[in-house]
Amino acid sequence: MREPVIIFRNIHKSYPLYHHVTGGIKNFLFHFKKSVSGLQKRSYESLRNISFEVYAGEAFGIVGANGAGKSTTLGLIAGVLKPTMGSICVKGRVSSLLELGAGFHPELTGRENIFLNGVLMGLGKRQVRGKLDQIIEFSELGNFIDQPIRVYSSGMLARLGFSVVAHLDPEILLIDEIMAVGDIEFQKKCAGKMMEFKRKGVTMVFVSHSAGDIERICDRVMWIEDHTIKMLGPTGYVLDSMLNRKLATSSGGL
Amino acid sequence: MRIYKRTEKRPDAAIMNRRPATKTSMKYYADLIFILTQKEMKIRYKNSFLGYLWSIGNPLAFAFVYFVAFKVVMKIQMEDYVLFLIAGLFPWQWFSNSVNASTGIFIGNASIIKKVSFPRNIVPLALVLQDMIHFALSIPVIVFFLFVFHKSPSWSWVPGIPILLLIQLLVTYGFALIMSSVNLFFRDIERLVSIFLALLFYFTPIIYSESMIPARYGRLMKLNPLYYLMVSWRELFMSGRLEMSSLLLSASQALVFLAIGFLVYKKLSWRFAEVV
Repeated sequence: MREPVIIFRNIHKSYPLYHHVTGGIKNFLFHFKKSVSGLQKRSYESLRNISFEVYAGEAFGIVGANGAGKSTTLGLIAGVLKPTMGSICVKGRVSSLLELGAGFHPELTGRENIFLNGVLMGLGKRQVRGKLDQIIEFSELGNFIDQPIRVYSSGMLARLGFSVVAHLDPEILLIDEIMAVGDIEFQKKCAGKMMEFKRKGVTMVFVSHSAGDIERICDRVMWIEDHTIKMLGPTGYVLDSMLNRKLATSSGGL
Repeated sequence: MRIYKRTEKRPDAAIMNRRPATKTSMKYYADLIFILTQKEMKIRYKNSFLGYLWSIGNPLAFAFVYFVAFKVVMKIQMEDYVLFLIAGLFPWQWFSNSVNASTGIFIGNASIIKKVSFPRNIVPLALVLQDMIHFALSIPVIVFFLFVFHKSPSWSWVPGIPILLLIQLLVTYGFALIMSSVNLFFRDIERLVSIFLALLFYFTPIIYSESMIPARYGRLMKLNPLYYLMVSWRELFMSGRLEMSSLLLSASQALVFLAIGFLVYKKLSWRFAEVV
């Protein structure tokens, strides 16, 4: 149970600010050396010296203000981004739900998009076909499943996206603010699915603004502030200190 | 399992691309290629009434334009000039469409590049494959024009067409990889590519035959990676001839460009999610 499956050691992540190539390609090529060093100097630090471990079967929450570096952390776990410094070790099949319905195309039908999304998320075609009926049933889209998804409402889109994800069979699941999907009934269903994942021993990493969601599902929470770890510990403890801090700053402002 | 041991600025690309074993299997690659190519095909024909006709309409229209310009007006000395044009323009169209579209292909798929970790080089491959299928489907049009000019397909097409398809697939994919990757960092490429394609078109023996090239430029023109390929296509379509030396030369040129494409892609791909 206490086997770490995600290990971050002294992770730094900074983004170069690319928009400085203002002179266009010509200037860039004529002053190649200078341009390259100029590019490398200007950067934006997104994460500073982050170290943590997530254990197998754990539900791990990440909270923090906008722009604190939560999504960067998820991107690093998913392997879409690379750290500027430090080492990351991830053991197991990662399903990154950084965005519901990644790769969905508006002109394709719901059914076609299930295939597209499922394969992009790492399933084989045959696996998707095997799960197709379950996915369609879970999405509750009925006859809409054979309509191009540009006619879907945003709630229906999210439902379709979540339904694919719910049938991915991951070992590590990364979730970025997706709990507020569809109507109340469907949200309950999502929460149920999450609990099911948790019971099955899927390791989950959550990013959310909603303290309620985090509280319900997560075992431990990491609070990121100013691009570094402010606090890491049991859910209740971290959320309480966050709340206290918020109260303190708001009353201080009065 | 991924481990990044970082000390210098540029992490090793090989480590970056290490992925869970289950995902990298050949079967999964094949599925991914299939599903993305199928997506491109479907999107192209949804809501487009004339569908397939568009992919043959364009080269035919250009064939007509060049015929008027060079045969009717400038009176070029060549037999069956219409057929000559069509046999070169159809394969060129494939190359040109793919390279043209490749600049925007990663930007157009920004949402998946940013959020999902999968082999991104499949995206331009699907694009090139999709255009290849269109080209293959347009071969009957070439056959039709052969009959109009009292010629007929030859048995050498049976080995010839697949070989040339493969060679052109490799060289086009190489170019598409370069353009799509570099364009993420220099969006100017998007503008430059049409100029580049126009130059390449006129420096390739498509609207003129290779024998018309002045001798002192001949050597230079042969460096063009499409030179032998386009000549081979036309020879194959018009006379059923398949020259071994041209095949080998164009195949080696294709491999060189594919290698460059992969090199550029490897160097840049780890930053895609940051810049797209």
